[in-house]
Amino acid sequence: MADDKFDAIVVGAGPAGSACAYTLAKEGRSVLLLERGNTAGSKNVSGGRLYTYALELLEEGMLQRAPLQRKIVREQIMLLNERGATTVDYFNPDFGGEVPQSYSVVRSSLDEWFAAEVEEKGGMVASGVVVDGLIEENGKIVGIRSGEEDMRADVVVAADGVNSLLGQKAGLFPEVNSHAVGVGVKETIELPDSLISARFALKDDEGAARVAIGCTDGISGGAFMYTNKGSISLGIVFNPEQAARQQRHIQDIFQDFKMHPAIQPLIEGGTSVEYGAHLVPEIGLNGIPKRLYRDGFVVVGDAAQLGINTGLIIRGMDLAIVSGIAAGRAILKSPVVAECGALYMQQLEELLLLANERAYKNFHQIFELSRIFGSYPLLANDAMKFLFTVDGKQPKPMLKGLLEVVKKHASFGQLAADGWKAYRSI
Amino acid sequence: MTIKRLGPEELLSLDKFAVDEGNPHILVDKAICATCTPKACLIVCPARCYRLKDSEVNFEYAGCLECGTCRVMCKDKGVTSWNYPRASFGVTFRCS
Repeated sequence: MADDKFDAIVVGAGPAGSACAYTLAKEGRSVLLLERGNTAGSKNVSGGRLYTYALELLEEGMLQRAPLQRKIVREQIMLLNERGATTVDYFNPDFGGEVPQSYSVVRSSLDEWFAAEVEEKGGMVASGVVVDGLIEENGKIVGIRSGEEDMRADVVVAADGVNSLLGQKAGLFPEVNSHAVGVGVKETIELPDSLISARFALKDDEGAARVAIGCTDGISGGAFMYTNKGSISLGIVFNPEQAARQQRHIQDIFQDFKMHPAIQPLIEGGTSVEYGAHLVPEIGLNGIPKRLYRDGFVVVGDAAQLGINTGLIIRGMDLAIVSGIAAGRAILKSPVVAECGALYMQQLEELLLLANERAYKNFHQIFELSRIFGSYPLLANDAMKFLFTVDGKQPKPMLKGLLEVVKKHASFGQLAADGWKAYRSI
Repeated sequence: MTIKRLGPEELLSLDKFAVDEGNPHILVDKAICATCTPKACLIVCPARCYRLKDSEVNFEYAGCLECGTCRVMCKDKGVTSWNYPRASFGVTFRCS
């Protein structure tokens, strides 16, 4: 490395950082990928599903090399009440056609593999390095500081995650916004593959992804469940502002969900092996900071608060990879590397990342409808109870019975208001 | 093995921590916390690092999961400094 200066220093070996470093290393650029964990992935927690188009966008065939878990062929939606549940199960064995559309993943193995791929292409990867600050000269970011050491580059790529301290140090983000994130907790439960396949009606390489509402004490949020190889990821994401306004600790609400009569049998016989927590960018386009770059500095992935949550689709890692590719391509194209920021934004457009964010721009407003997390799951289960009950007595007329169930949980005014707001949001 | 409800200590005992003794990565000013009414940290810290002891907010960084929830939720700035642990310290996830 001439003068020990790199073309790029990428901070954070998650999917965004590794995708960026890979793009650069592959074209022979000198790139240093820094990771604060002892190994890539050792500090990371995610629900656990990767939409795989992003890996294929990085390089065709990447999908075959990646240590993925199970191909998701079952999408399940669960509405819980205190002891029961109504579950919608959408099975599609052909989901995604040639390129399967999503896999469950375990970050410790995925991220470690990804960083090794960067190394393979000639990138330099250094783990166990915490970046303490940025070096700024003449209004330009020219490197990073770690302990006593200075490292210089034409551009610093901040892939340092949802808490992006670097983005803050660079002055791009004002204060953190508690309304823009969800707090997620997750337990990983080991369970033999044969049991997982049997309980979810899957072949051994197939997986199920489940979202659940009605298990958050009415707090805006929901649970998730992903089947992996030999383990199940189980967790809940809460709106932290609403969680803070009630009395029960989120751990307790989570443990209630785990022991719910409709959930516990799915994990019974398993072993809890890990407990993690992570913040999740929750409000999509509206949460993305106005500026994602300045001279010598670009922000990618969670650090840029890239996320999409429609309630059914929860995306983060794919957007992270796409943004990493966008930054990498911008750096490659830019006549002056430090001034690649505008090209980065252009790439985010070209790769349709921003178009995807725009398409779901107002979806997060749906999660302001509190009845989705309280009354409506109860309503669904009471309606089911009415429809399935046989007791030999005089049955109520169908319509009358159902209307009674609806009225018990919401007035028609409330239904109309919620329906209108939902309509406006999507 | 069987699945059971796990308490805060049991949950954290599942994880691997290397504690940077005497060198907390998050600094909390109890005097400021004393004047804070919502005390959101008590409810939303996933590791329950923040607890009330003799009506004082006590912060224990050893079991911190490094998620940043306290960083975004602390309104009265009782969290005076928030950083990641130094290299090789803190939590290590192996199967998340």
